Amino acid sequence: MPNKYHIKTRPVPPRRPRIGKFGVIDWREDCARCHNCVKKACVYDRYRQEADYIRSLDDVDALFFDCMGCFSCVQNCTKGLLRLSVNPVYEGLGNSYWTPDIIRTTWLQAETAKIPVSGAGYRGPFAGPGFDAMWTDMSEIVRPTRDGIHGREYISTAVDIGRKPSYLSFEDGKPVRNDSPLICIQMPLIFDLPSPIHTLPDLEPILVETAARTDLIALVDSARWPLDGIDPDRHLPHIGFYLNPRSPEISGDVLRRTRLVEIPDGNDVVPRIQELKHQHPHIVVAIRVELDCRGTSRAVELASVDEVEVIHAVADLNGNESRAQNPRFIKEMIREIHTTLIDSGRRDEVTLICGGGIALPEHVTKAVICGADLVSINLPLLIAMECHLCSSCEAGMTCPAKLEEIDSLYGVGRTTNLIAAWHDQLIEMMGAMGMREARRLRGDVGRAMFFEDLEEESFGTLFGTRR
Amino acid sequence: MARCSVQEDSLKEVLPENTLKTRVPQTQVNREIRPAPSRYRNEIAKYVIRRNEDCIRCGKCVELCPRGVHVDKPGYKYFAEPRLDRCIGIACEKTDHYCVAQCPRSALQMVENPMMKVLGDCRWPADMILATWKMAETGDLPPEEFGFEYQCGASGGGFDKLRFKFPDTPPVEISEDDIDTGIDLNKRDDGRPRITIDVPWYGGGMSFGSVSNVTQLSKARAAVAWNTFTCTGEGGYMERMRPFDDHVITQVATGLFGVREETIQRVPIVEFKYAQGAKPGLGGHLLGDKNTVAVSRMREAVLGISLFSPFPFHSVYSIEDHMKHIDWIKHLNPRALVSTKVSTPTDVDMVAVGSYAAGTHIVHIDGGYGGTGAAPDIAKKNIAMPIEYAIGRVHRFLEAEGARDKVTLIASGGIRSAHDIAKAIALGADGVVVGTGELVALGCVRCTRCESGRGCPRGIATTDATLATQIDVEWGTQRIINLYNAWRKELVGILRRFGMRSVQELRGRTDLLMHLDYSNDVKAE
Repeated sequence: MPNKYHIKTRPVPPRRPRIGKFGVIDWREDCARCHNCVKKACVYDRYRQEADYIRSLDDVDALFFDCMGCFSCVQNCTKGLLRLSVNPVYEGLGNSYWTPDIIRTTWLQAETAKIPVSGAGYRGPFAGPGFDAMWTDMSEIVRPTRDGIHGREYISTAVDIGRKPSYLSFEDGKPVRNDSPLICIQMPLIFDLPSPIHTLPDLEPILVETAARTDLIALVDSARWPLDGIDPDRHLPHIGFYLNPRSPEISGDVLRRTRLVEIPDGNDVVPRIQELKHQHPHIVVAIRVELDCRGTSRAVELASVDEVEVIHAVADLNGNESRAQNPRFIKEMIREIHTTLIDSGRRDEVTLICGGGIALPEHVTKAVICGADLVSINLPLLIAMECHLCSSCEAGMTCPAKLEEIDSLYGVGRTTNLIAAWHDQLIEMMGAMGMREARRLRGDVGRAMFFEDLEEESFGTLFGTRR
Repeated sequence: MARCSVQEDSLKEVLPENTLKTRVPQTQVNREIRPAPSRYRNEIAKYVIRRNEDCIRCGKCVELCPRGVHVDKPGYKYFAEPRLDRCIGIACEKTDHYCVAQCPRSALQMVENPMMKVLGDCRWPADMILATWKMAETGDLPPEEFGFEYQCGASGGGFDKLRFKFPDTPPVEISEDDIDTGIDLNKRDDGRPRITIDVPWYGGGMSFGSVSNVTQLSKARAAVAWNTFTCTGEGGYMERMRPFDDHVITQVATGLFGVREETIQRVPIVEFKYAQGAKPGLGGHLLGDKNTVAVSRMREAVLGISLFSPFPFHSVYSIEDHMKHIDWIKHLNPRALVSTKVSTPTDVDMVAVGSYAAGTHIVHIDGGYGGTGAAPDIAKKNIAMPIEYAIGRVHRFLEAEGARDKVTLIASGGIRSAHDIAKAIALGADGVVVGTGELVALGCVRCTRCESGRGCPRGIATTDATLATQIDVEWGTQRIINLYNAWRKELVGILRRFGMRSVQELRGRTDLLMHLDYSNDVKAE
């Protein structure tokens, strides 16, 4: 049996002051100066930490918001002078899709590499749009299952990129060798190109190093090549070049040592694939398809072409159909592509990588259940390095997270931690389902429950039509 | 009403001598409703009254307010902190004692407390927490004038979208005293005791470890008072619980922590926990900091290490294996009823019927949105279906299999109020299990910090000896007794409006429900 896939991690504290959710407002002018001050009794010792923090402060506008929100001091203060409030900076993080809670949990995972655990049950809405409109299944008594991350049995999260023969062929009674290259990576996840709307310093070397450490693949725009500090033997197998038509060709010597390249969609994709395959038969070629209003049909159309082996379908950053009036969410688009390919008998001829809107580890599992072989991410990696998603960089303003100051040790540590935490959570979900193979999860909608179906089954028959 | 307490003599026939020797006299707890005010100096209030420097301390506000919100202590230069928890806020505007309007210097201003946005969440909004505190304090429903919206949360689905279709007048006038809220827990007619509880709920399993011994004892004593049950959870059986044996459910979970023959034999109900809603498919979690000396001793585990129970029972991979487990319990304790606690996967209906076939008396389904202890966030939110979907599914399947009246169906996982209890029963459950509601009665603010470090800073879900002293057992017991009384009162009110003499008449009456997101035009069969 091969060694268990394991990502080495270490705690990587944030560089910037933490942006916590709660803070205490102190109306101290009425303070009675009593001897039983609740500040001394804080279970978390936050008041002393706040004093230390203020003493060492170099940002005058960075307030201390690390209160745990237990209300103990508020309710016990002799004069009732303390009030709990939500940090307005926290509330301003991200946007309606990349919520402050998503950003906070990503920061936590990037710091600790641990699965976020909390008490007191679930605090969120009953269901929501997109991925929040589905639940994953769990096995109860009657199905064999495993022990999750604490267990003895190995749960494989590895998936393949490339074409797998759907049947064996024989010539003269001997099996015909399959020459299609196949890449095996250890999670159903690759790192996508950095988001174009964030004008960032050069983060590619960090992401490539993280990909090498986690045995994944990072897509790199050929226009950014060569990168600083690259060890060809170590890093090139973990780089997937996006062959930008507007940049110089990557040399054959470099491509010989990579496993994956991606080309933009266009009229010339077939000759381009043939050309690349002719020069580098070991390389898997992916086609990047934008999921706009024609995206799903284009992906299906490409899948029917013999030369096409991998489709990378990318929605916008929030997982929505690009430039559409009533955009569909990526979950629906994946399901459409997947089921159409099954109907046409082409599903196993292509690998489907889906990107856009993958913000949390459960989105990976859910996207795979909906039919993707694997997903691509970019913003979570950026958030791991303390990005606020404030888009200040887009407007040419100073980055509040000072991303330009990131060093490799910090960046690689944080992004590696995030991937490790996501991996553990993927295993938790698969363990609960009784699944031992991420490959088997693809399109297995029987392992999920969809909001619309459950509503119809449970309430539609009782209460009529859903408005 | 018959209590579920047992005759000592009858135990001699069924229990082995060594277990009988460990039996102690059972303690009775009075079901008396007494005020149990907040243990905090400053109760969080819905409204805030601000007094500015124009105040001349004329005392008119003190004189006007019938609730004693304004406090003017003789000998002090300024007013004391107002008792804002007594203020009814905007409902007072229409009265002739509205202090803000009557102040001669216009020195008062009333606003909604900004902390209402910080307290709670959409499952347990601030109004619901404050109303639960009020019920736990008084034993009565929160007065209408406070304007608490506590019957539903703001989660946007499930119970929060279901409403009862009350008739304009009750079809039959029934005195509230004649309404029975009791349910039977043994429907099998298998020679084992018929246990009836006085209210259609019992306390959920919270282990010693996840909560303090004071919290466990408070729950147990309230269960005695209300002739219902509490559950040990997975952490073993505290010796201090023995005077309440007849109202305790011993939980046998996958970690088997603290499970011994005598802890199975001394109780009337034994619960197999296969899974729990907050972390379906994952087994129990107790993080290392909470594994104190006392906890580790009871669990027979190494001090300070995190305890993750396996999932599932490694001796159970089929209904036949499950049957062996049940037979084991039934053999060990010939008077015990067996409960099987499972989560809510897609095949929850099959699991329930299989469990019935294996011989269980109670099928306990635990949905994903409840839970009181540590659980991975990813599991709480994403794994297994909400209980609102599962209840009807299991109820209908048991009916179709002809087993519905031979097994008790208990639901849990997000039951927060009497209205949730009634809705769960109307969807098809016989009764429910409650957990978070009891903790809120003890002062929980749902800050979610129960799981690590010293545990709950409010002394509820902690094993830290100092923090746990914040709660007195008598006070904790009274708060839960009071909450139960308020819930029962509300439940009786619901039954009275439907002209029902028993809560058992409500079971499966989905025709009495409507859903705010649906056309509600389906004709009842």
